Amino acid sequence: MKTSYEEVGLKVGLEIHQQLNTTAKLFCNCKPELSKDEPETTFLRRLRPTQSELGQTDPAAYFEFQRGIKIMYEADKKSSCLVEMDEEPPHSLDRESLDIALTAALMTNTKPVDEVQVMRKTVIDGSNTTGFQRTCVVGLNGEIRVGQKKIPIQHIGLEEDAARKIGETEDTITYRIDRLGIPLLEVATAPVMEFPEEAAKVALAVGKILRATGRVQRGLGTIRQDLNISIRKGALIEIKGVQELSAVSSVLKNEVTRQLKLLEISEHLRKMKARKEDFKQNIIDVKEVFKNTRCKLLRKALDRDQHVLAVRLPKFHGLLKIELMPNLRLGTEIADRARFWGRVGGIFHTDELPAYGITVQELEKLKETAKAADEDAVVFVAGDKENALDALGAALNRAEEAVKGVPEETRTARPDGTTRYMRPRPGAARMYPETDIPPVQITAKHISRIRSSLPEMPEQRLQRLAKDYGLNRKLARQIMDSHYAGLFETIVKESNTTPTTAAVFLTETLKALKRDGTQVENVSENQIREAFQRLSSGQLAKEALPELAIWLSKHPEKTVKDCIEILKLGMLSEDEVAKFIEDVIQENFILVQKLKEKALGPLMGIVMKKLRGRVAAASVNKILKEKISRHSR
Amino acid sequence: MNTQEDLSGYRGEALEALRKAGAKIGDVLRILKNSQTYEGILIPRSEYGDRQHIVIKLKNGYNIGIKVTQNTQMKRMGEGSKPIFTSEPLPKQNLSLPRAAIISTGGTIASRVDYRTGAVRPALSATDLYSVVPELAEIAKIDARILLSLFSENIMPNHWTQIAKAIADCISQGVDGVVVAHGTDTMGYTAAALSFALQELPVPVIVVGSQRSADRPSSDAAANLVGAVTAAARAPFAEVAVAMHETTSDQSILLHRGTKVRKCHTSRRDTFRSVNSPPLARIRNHTITMLTDEYIRRDPARSIVVKPEFKEKVALVKFFPGMDPETIRWYQSRHYKGLIIEGTGLGHVSNTCFEPIQDAVDSGIVVAMTSQCIWGRVNMNVYDQGRDLQALGVIPLEDMLPETAIVKLMWVLGQTDDRRRAQELLKTNIAGELTRRTLLDE
Repeated sequence: MKTSYEEVGLKVGLEIHQQLNTTAKLFCNCKPELSKDEPETTFLRRLRPTQSELGQTDPAAYFEFQRGIKIMYEADKKSSCLVEMDEEPPHSLDRESLDIALTAALMTNTKPVDEVQVMRKTVIDGSNTTGFQRTCVVGLNGEIRVGQKKIPIQHIGLEEDAARKIGETEDTITYRIDRLGIPLLEVATAPVMEFPEEAAKVALAVGKILRATGRVQRGLGTIRQDLNISIRKGALIEIKGVQELSAVSSVLKNEVTRQLKLLEISEHLRKMKARKEDFKQNIIDVKEVFKNTRCKLLRKALDRDQHVLAVRLPKFHGLLKIELMPNLRLGTEIADRARFWGRVGGIFHTDELPAYGITVQELEKLKETAKAADEDAVVFVAGDKENALDALGAALNRAEEAVKGVPEETRTARPDGTTRYMRPRPGAARMYPETDIPPVQITAKHISRIRSSLPEMPEQRLQRLAKDYGLNRKLARQIMDSHYAGLFETIVKESNTTPTTAAVFLTETLKALKRDGTQVENVSENQIREAFQRLSSGQLAKEALPELAIWLSKHPEKTVKDCIEILKLGMLSEDEVAKFIEDVIQENFILVQKLKEKALGPLMGIVMKKLRGRVAAASVNKILKEKISRHSR
Repeated sequence: MNTQEDLSGYRGEALEALRKAGAKIGDVLRILKNSQTYEGILIPRSEYGDRQHIVIKLKNGYNIGIKVTQNTQMKRMGEGSKPIFTSEPLPKQNLSLPRAAIISTGGTIASRVDYRTGAVRPALSATDLYSVVPELAEIAKIDARILLSLFSENIMPNHWTQIAKAIADCISQGVDGVVVAHGTDTMGYTAAALSFALQELPVPVIVVGSQRSADRPSSDAAANLVGAVTAAARAPFAEVAVAMHETTSDQSILLHRGTKVRKCHTSRRDTFRSVNSPPLARIRNHTITMLTDEYIRRDPARSIVVKPEFKEKVALVKFFPGMDPETIRWYQSRHYKGLIIEGTGLGHVSNTCFEPIQDAVDSGIVVAMTSQCIWGRVNMNVYDQGRDLQALGVIPLEDMLPETAIVKLMWVLGQTDDRRRAQELLKTNIAGELTRRTLLDE
């Protein structure tokens, strides 16, 4: 079935977060770089929800707290100081980041505010050591043109990136604080996009403008798209953390499908007359049912004296196995809720049984104990009593929401374009002023200074690249779409490499390597520059570039010189080449005798195969010719 | 109505424009400027803000500042919704638990944020402390009261007197321990003062603070408070102690003896350190472990002796290279009664200071020596300079912290006018401020 997005009333807004490439983090003087080493210290904290300005505490946060969740932070001296540890007040707003944000604001016709006020946005999952994220609006009411359409920019802001989640156990969540405080530029569009592809196009256009500032970080995870999406009769869903641009439209398509399916399910449940009261029921103990079970999971739980609890989902028979999007059934949605609130590994439901060693007899007995009719489903879970109760309570709630339709929630994007339940949508914006950071006035003088050195807009630059460097349109566009436009110009200016050689390497070669699994992001701009300098001074052959890049991606701390020495990529001297060719001719003496001049082709192939990247083909050709004519005489 | 208060923080052009528009803090304003329209709630201006900008909270929750210019138009659209603070209902008190009193004097531990302005204000009542840390109900039956709402820099010796009397009141009512919530900056001084003022304590007195204000999710206040109440309710000692984080983790709380504790870091959670003595005890997972055998045991039968008088005409003088000796004479001319010198190393000052010190001693001022090294004991027998100072009548104060020494001198002079008696008292250990041995790991 093809979805008509117009018909379903799709509305999408984007929030694009781009890490900036600055000397310092947003509120301290640590380098904004992720650490590759093992952590040097760890510390343990608990975050306590505080009352919001409305006198309320975030229920999810309070719940987590009550369960005694601890947060373990990993740190090292290189990437964090007392500020990230919440052991020292923040320093003033980083001016370099502010200038980049103002640049982006002017490039998107966004009006800078007169005075920037840093706020605290409550975030209590532990990803910020403080329990809030520092964030500020730098500009308002902008607009960019994408194709024929005007896309309003609601605001451009600066905020600190959060800590990296490393892992999670039953009672502890672990974060690495190196990423905490890296400046993020936030661009929020109005929810005006009506097709998944359109949203992807806008994301690409915004990304290009940000890259055009020349001051953004590159590589996986340095740009993250949050999507807010709604359809008519559906709900506003926030999807966090879409890392690949290519995933934007598939995420949106999947989400629309999910909401439509949920609406169908809701309609079905209403037809079946599922009522609110049906969901007010007791969770029951079904240990007895499984006392002789062969299901390994249940057996293990019972042996550990844990509980097996169950609850009936009225009129849900058959619904739990309905696929909402690839790899996501209604049963998965309910299980995700149970996992979040109950911290259980997962739940069982009757739509997937008999399986996992659970027998038909057990299934019948379960339904009987739960007083489930044929049209009902039963979900059950094994675990500590408190966890199991919370899990099934959450499952029941989610089931009840299915009668109403699509529940508002925050979902997290997976690399395959699907999404999963993340947490309830935060209530009213809980933002209050960060009083430790003085406000920053943006003067007219400051703005005119930024305006006087605005980078070219992507479209202008594209034209100039094609014209100034004689690149064909396709190559020029590829360079623009890569992160390397600036690097490209630097290389061409500082070496005598031809523009096309540099451009092909920076686009096609690197893309091909990436496709084959090389982490090309690990190769630094400085390394690439060094490679081209050595290329133009004859210390390296063009053909050796891919091999060089692969090696450097695995050894980011090494230089090109190291690589040339270790991989023996250096150009051979004429004597060395001559000697090598002499050996080849000796090995193929009969061939040379037989074919005479015509042996050139095959021998050329043999030699180049062995020496590719270390010798110029022209010089091999010359030496071979001489030697063949001498030997075949 | 007082406009000044309704437009708090605003001055100059901004204030004038707001007055003209008839706006009050919390009102919804629409501001037109350079063909841009901004709408939001008027937010108070920080006292350090300039005179031109108006701060509004936009609908998305962000605040921005708008500069008032000739062509800025402002319209009051109506009243915004006022934030209402609701205290959660108090947890049920378990009558079989020990009784602890919490006396609040101010500081970050007893503060809350105004979410509109971000300003940190003293908590509305000491019960707030209790309602935001409901676990306390499982540890002790709590009586909470507000005594003062002061930043600790503003706490004076007369406040020590007040606090000491309030504690004595609670103890005479039979509580099992008292917790004093206090700002951390001068918390060490207050702890020392209480150590001298409250003698023959039957139960512990725990002074507690926090380095991150209690309104923040990451605040250390709750963990410190839980530790303090645990100690007040159950600790085996009956002394004045400071309860604060042991490390940067929210894992263990150390109890430091009131006369041996010092704030050693401007911002870290584990800022308080025991100096020249081990900490008294550690609390981890609700378990109290004593870290020394030398402490006064809890004994509810003991009768408290309150000696809350302090005299303020004393000074702490830090010696430094190039110090003008005349500064010492200034104290004499102002009729000071005592001077604690923070000397170098083992307890020295330059000999240019000798004559004014001699004159001060001769005029009846008590002069005593501590060390700016913080760790270690003064010994004025090792070098000539020290021997000379002793000959002038300067009293070496062993391993007493300079901050404790100044508090003690105030207290001593509050007990007696007799100089000889004062000198004797200063040299006598009252509350663990002087120890006879110093060990390697202290």
